[in-house]
Amino acid sequence: MLQLSIFLENAQGRLADALNTLADLQVNIRALSLADTKDYGVLRIIVENPEEVAEKLRERNCVVKITQVWVLKVPDSPGGLAGQLNKLVAEGVNVEYMYGFVEKENEQAQVVLRVRDAEIMQAAMDKLALK
Amino acid sequence: MTQDELLLHLRKTIEQVLKAPYYKKKLAEVGIYYPGDVKSLEDFRKIPLTDKEALRQNYPFGLFAEPLEKMVRIHASSGTTGKPTVVGYTREDIQLWAKIVANGLRRAGITSNDVVQVAYGYGLFTGGMGLHYGCEELGALVIPISGGNTQRQLMLMRDFGSTVLCCTPSYALYLADSLGEEGMTKEDLKLRVGIFGAEPWTEQMRAEIETRLGIRALDIYGLSETMGPGVSLECLKGEGLHIDENFYPEILDKDGNVLPEGETGELVLTSFNKMGFPGLRYRTKDITSITYGSCTCGHTGWTMKRVSARVDDMLIIRGVNVFPSQIEEAILSVGGIEPHYLIVVDREGNLDTLEVQIEVNAASFNDEIRELEELQQRLQTKIHEILNIAARVRLVEPKSIPRSEGKAKRVIDKRKEKQLS
Ligand SMILES: [Zn+2]
Repeated sequence: MLQLSIFLENAQGRLADALNTLADLQVNIRALSLADTKDYGVLRIIVENPEEVAEKLRERNCVVKITQVWVLKVPDSPGGLAGQLNKLVAEGVNVEYMYGFVEKENEQAQVVLRVRDAEIMQAAMDKLALK
Repeated sequence: MTQDELLLHLRKTIEQVLKAPYYKKKLAEVGIYYPGDVKSLEDFRKIPLTDKEALRQNYPFGLFAEPLEKMVRIHASSGTTGKPTVVGYTREDIQLWAKIVANGLRRAGITSNDVVQVAYGYGLFTGGMGLHYGCEELGALVIPISGGNTQRQLMLMRDFGSTVLCCTPSYALYLADSLGEEGMTKEDLKLRVGIFGAEPWTEQMRAEIETRLGIRALDIYGLSETMGPGVSLECLKGEGLHIDENFYPEILDKDGNVLPEGETGELVLTSFNKMGFPGLRYRTKDITSITYGSCTCGHTGWTMKRVSARVDDMLIIRGVNVFPSQIEEAILSVGGIEPHYLIVVDREGNLDTLEVQIEVNAASFNDEIRELEELQQRLQTKIHEILNIAARVRLVEPKSIPRSEGKAKRVIDKRKEKQLS
C-alpha cells in the first residue's frame, strides 16, 4: 500500500491548513499519524488514489513523498499485535515506524507498518500468509 | 621581487599618481610630496585607501594622471546609484593591458592556434575589449561577437570551430542549456577552455559548466578601476588566480591593517607602470586571500583565491567574519537541497545567534524523522566546520522564504533592527 508523507513546519495552524487542503481536494483520510519534532513534523496519511492526491498537493507547494507501507490486520485481543510482530521480527523484518487504526466497516484493528527492507517484508508476509 | 625592487616600483607609481589632483591632495595629507618621501613599506602603508566613492566625487576625470590629449580610450562602469566610474587609458596602457591579458591566457594554455569567442559585452564595460586585445596580442583568432544572441553564438561557435569561450559563467550555463534547442550537443563543438568572470560563481557552477560543455572552466578577475579583466587568471593547475606582476596586492582587515599571507580580507590593489589612470591602494571590496610563490605554469609572484564574497556582504557574528556565500557553500556541499535559505542573526542577552532556515524540497525530504534530523545535523556540522561558529539549522516548508524580484534577500539582521528601535 502507498502512504503519503507531507512535510509540515511546526508553526501554528500548519496542520489545520494541511487538513483543510485535503478537505478541499475531497480526500478521505483512512488512517493518519503525525510525527513531530520541535521545528517540524511529518504527516503520514493513507488515502484513496495516493498518486493523484500527491500531485495535487505538490501543485499547492507541499513537499510530499510517496512511501510503500504495509497494512496488517491485527487480532482484536490482548497480545494480538505483539504476536503478529514477533512473527515478522523472526523473519528479519526491521520496523521503522507504525501506527494503528480501526477499519470502521468490520471494526477490524489494523496497523500501518513502514519497514526498512520491503523485500524481506514481502517474503515474510507471503510465508506467514498474512495480509 | 625584492623589497628594494618593490619600493622602486611603488615610488614610480607615486610619481605618476602625483600628477592627478585627487592623489596630490590625498598624499599631502600624509606628508608625501615626492616619491622619495616613501622610504619603506611602512610609509607606503600610511597612504589612505581610495575607493569607488572617490571616483564618483571626482567625476569624470579627477583621477586621470595624464592630459586628455594623451588618452586614447575611456571605459566606465555603470554606477548602480548615480554617476558612473570613469577610467582612462593612454596608448601605452592599452598595450600593457593587452600584454597582461595575453600572459594570463598563455598560462591558461591558450595559444595562437586557438579560436576565441569573446562573448563579453563590448563597449564602456571593460570585459569585451579587454579580452579582445589580449587575444590579439597572443595571436589567437578572435570572434568579437559580444554578448547575447544565443542562437547566433552557438551557430558560429560550431561553424567557426571556437576552442575558447569568454563570457560570464551564468551565460556559459545558458549557452549549455540552449544547445539542445539548436539541435546540437557539446560534441558538435570544439570548445576546450572557458574564461569566465565578471560575476561571482561557485565550484558547483564550475563543475556543471565543465560537464555540460565538456571544457575546463577557468576564473578571470579584474575591475575597470585597476585595468579591467586580466588582473588575475587561473592557470591549468587550478591552484588559484595568478596576479599579474603589474599589480601589487595587499589584504586588509576591516580596520585597514595589512594581513599576512594566507589570511582572508579585502583585496587592495596598486598598479605598476600604468600611466593614464594609475591606481594607488584601491579598495576592490572583494574578499580573498593571497600567497606568494611560484607555480609550475611559470608564474612567479602573488596568487589569489577565488573571490568568495564582497565586503558589503560581511556579517560579524560573535566577532567572527561571516559571509552568506560561505553558508551557501555549506548547504551546497551537503547536497540534496536547493539553496533557498535565509540567514537570521539575532542577539539573545549578550550572545549573537545564527539561525539558517533552509527550505525542504522533494529531493531532501525524507519520510523518516530520523533522516531529516540527520540532514539537519549534517548541515549544522558543515556550517560549523566552515565558519567555526555554531548555527541552528531549521528546515522550513518550500516557498516559505520570501522571494524578491531582483537579488534574493539572504540575510535578516535583527540586531540592527533592535538598535534602531
Ligand atoms: Zn600556475
